[in-house]
Amino acid sequence: MSLVNFLQQNLPELLTLLRQHLFLVLISTLIAVLIGIPTGILLTRKRSLRGPILGIANVMQTVPSLALFGFLIPLPFIGGIGARPAIIALVLYAFLPIIRNTVTGILGVDPTVREAAVAMGMTDRQILTQVELPLAMSVILTGVRVAMVISVGVATIAAAIGAGGLGTYIFRGLRQNDNNLLLAGAVPAALMALTADFALGFAERKFSFNVKRSNTHRNRIAFGLLALVAAAVALITFQSYRADQASSGEGQRLVVASKDFTESILLAEIAAQMLEARGINVTRKLELGGNLSHEGLVSGEVDLYPEYSGTSYTAIFHHPPITDPRAVYDQVKREYAEKFGVDVSPPLGFENTFAILVRGAVARTLGLRTITDAVPHARRWRAGFGQDFMSRADGYPGFTRAYGLRFAEQPREMDLSLTYVALASGRVDLIAGNSTEGRIAVLDLFQLADDRLYFPPYEAVLLARRDSLARVPALREILTRLGNSLSTEEMRQLNYEVDANKRTPAEVAREWLSRKGFS
Amino acid sequence: MCSSNSDPLVEFRDVTYSVAGLPSPIISKLNLTVKPGETLVLLGESGCGKTTTLKLVNRLLLPTSGMVLVEGRSTTKWDPIRLRRRTGYVIQDAGLFPHFNVERNIALVPTLENWEPGRIKQRVAELLILVGLEPERFASRYPRELSGGQRQRVGVARALAADPSLLLLDEPFGALDPLTRGSLQKQFGELAARLQKTAIFVTHDLREALLLGSRIGLMHAGKLLFVETPEGFLNSKEEYAQAYLETLSLPSDGKRSGGER
Repeated sequence: MSLVNFLQQNLPELLTLLRQHLFLVLISTLIAVLIGIPTGILLTRKRSLRGPILGIANVMQTVPSLALFGFLIPLPFIGGIGARPAIIALVLYAFLPIIRNTVTGILGVDPTVREAAVAMGMTDRQILTQVELPLAMSVILTGVRVAMVISVGVATIAAAIGAGGLGTYIFRGLRQNDNNLLLAGAVPAALMALTADFALGFAERKFSFNVKRSNTHRNRIAFGLLALVAAAVALITFQSYRADQASSGEGQRLVVASKDFTESILLAEIAAQMLEARGINVTRKLELGGNLSHEGLVSGEVDLYPEYSGTSYTAIFHHPPITDPRAVYDQVKREYAEKFGVDVSPPLGFENTFAILVRGAVARTLGLRTITDAVPHARRWRAGFGQDFMSRADGYPGFTRAYGLRFAEQPREMDLSLTYVALASGRVDLIAGNSTEGRIAVLDLFQLADDRLYFPPYEAVLLARRDSLARVPALREILTRLGNSLSTEEMRQLNYEVDANKRTPAEVAREWLSRKGFS
Repeated sequence: MCSSNSDPLVEFRDVTYSVAGLPSPIISKLNLTVKPGETLVLLGESGCGKTTTLKLVNRLLLPTSGMVLVEGRSTTKWDPIRLRRRTGYVIQDAGLFPHFNVERNIALVPTLENWEPGRIKQRVAELLILVGLEPERFASRYPRELSGGQRQRVGVARALAADPSLLLLDEPFGALDPLTRGSLQKQFGELAARLQKTAIFVTHDLREALLLGSRIGLMHAGKLLFVETPEGFLNSKEEYAQAYLETLSLPSDGKRSGGER
């Protein structure tokens, strides 16, 4: 499918994402300006505050954005998932350039001009509004411009906490290895950044008093038009956002979340469509990064999301990995109930364990069947692992220890979805993928058997809050019906439809539901 | 009328100004009176305290000890905004607002004082003519579109805008080339005489002091050595005044020796 075709088919969605993105950027920049400029002015008056406040703003900007989103999730009022914490995070990032440039701009006003202003009998307020701010305006606008360009970039990551925006396409494109999706997300984001850069650069020059100006009148009109367009865009964006919020309607409501990989999205979509078929209003917070789904579930912002028993066992409850599926499931079910008031559905019927993969050709040439078979060869190999695998207890450290594996160099840490292609193209020689990944067959990859039974069982389940189950009785029914309904082969096929055939998860889920007679 | 004329407009009484951390005061025990209508020139090299003296008059600074009286009232008793708006102030490089055109720069104090727009416009035109700039050509220009001399003329016009009784000038012509400086000095002399303004004029240039001053106060290291008329200054036997007078004669000696050849 060409990019043009893609755009033709997905234009409404693209426009929605564009609008969400614009909303995030404009609102957060506006808030940052409204707070940042007065803060900057204060710092020019109170020298003692300058160091500490600029220091804090500086530190804010060095916090990696996904980490900042993570910090914000459990906080009351400002935290959670969706647009609000994303805006808060973007505001925090935008502060530094705005505050710093306000301070620099005002302190940079020619001292003789300021002295003249004082000596002419201007009051402090008059000096600020008539002399300092106008003369500092081009520098302040540079700060706003930098803040806005940063925001356009950081807002792509906001997709990971369910705030939508163009990052949705970028994450999806990475996951599905789809260049059209990547471009459809990245190009508009880049254009938006360039437009913001250009428009504010233009406004800046209006306030630059040391350059010779020509045709002031026409420039003023152009500047006015620009301001009008910006205001109109902001207004439309805001109104459609309000409309989004308002359209959620009456009746029973549930928030269904998913992690940021195809299978999780598909499972969430299946549950969401079944709920919708029963007249329940479903808000989807799909493609959440890290363990934001869990955080959302615990904080009450999410009612339901798909998880794996082994992941909960090791990553959430911090138990050392064990291999008995029954024991893992029972333990996880008990702990969720006790600690979080969360119910665990019956297993859905398939496992998605880590699949240690090598190229099919390599496996055939060397006659590899198990991970133990591969250990002697691994010294000449390079490995590539997702961030998740590198960091979790049952991931890389324990795995290499259990098998005595050594690689030629430190494994490359990369996005999980990229590791499949990296392996197929020979850039790495061994990866840890998902056993239900559709591309395993497509890319001719071979799964080495876990002969030491190192990996704990990862049975797919759905997690639901108990209060949600009490509030929406249909939820219980759905959890029961989905029990033991999906085999590993089926799941691999569904993943394949999305990842390789580029169909939407909603469509693939709908098809599966009707085939099963569930919908 | 006669008695009010002799009342000093500005009076320094034992004024000392010091800054924390500096060993010696910037100004010590300064006594000085400025009579209405006169141009008092404060002469001295940079760092002698003459600019500080000027800033004490319109309350840009307050004395550490002693008292500065303007129209008989201590500057500490004046509302600083009121005091400054009725005191014209001209500085080196003019200190014009770069984002205001000439008209708005000159109109600054009248605008702050809420004059009527018509009156302001008329006043600006008047002042531009007074300082030798054609209103039609210059009113809408920005400071960067003016030469140094033109900027300084606008600076003088701005200081005169609200018709202040007192003008403070801090080396207003110091940054100009000699020809422009000469012409501006001459015009300012005529203007001051015509407008009967009281002025305190700070300079390090003896020629300028002799040309413009009704009286000249010689300052050195924070002290006012003496106040004399230009004639009195030329005849002064004071050691430091002698040193100044020598700078006046050296270049002409050189010229003479060149001419003898």
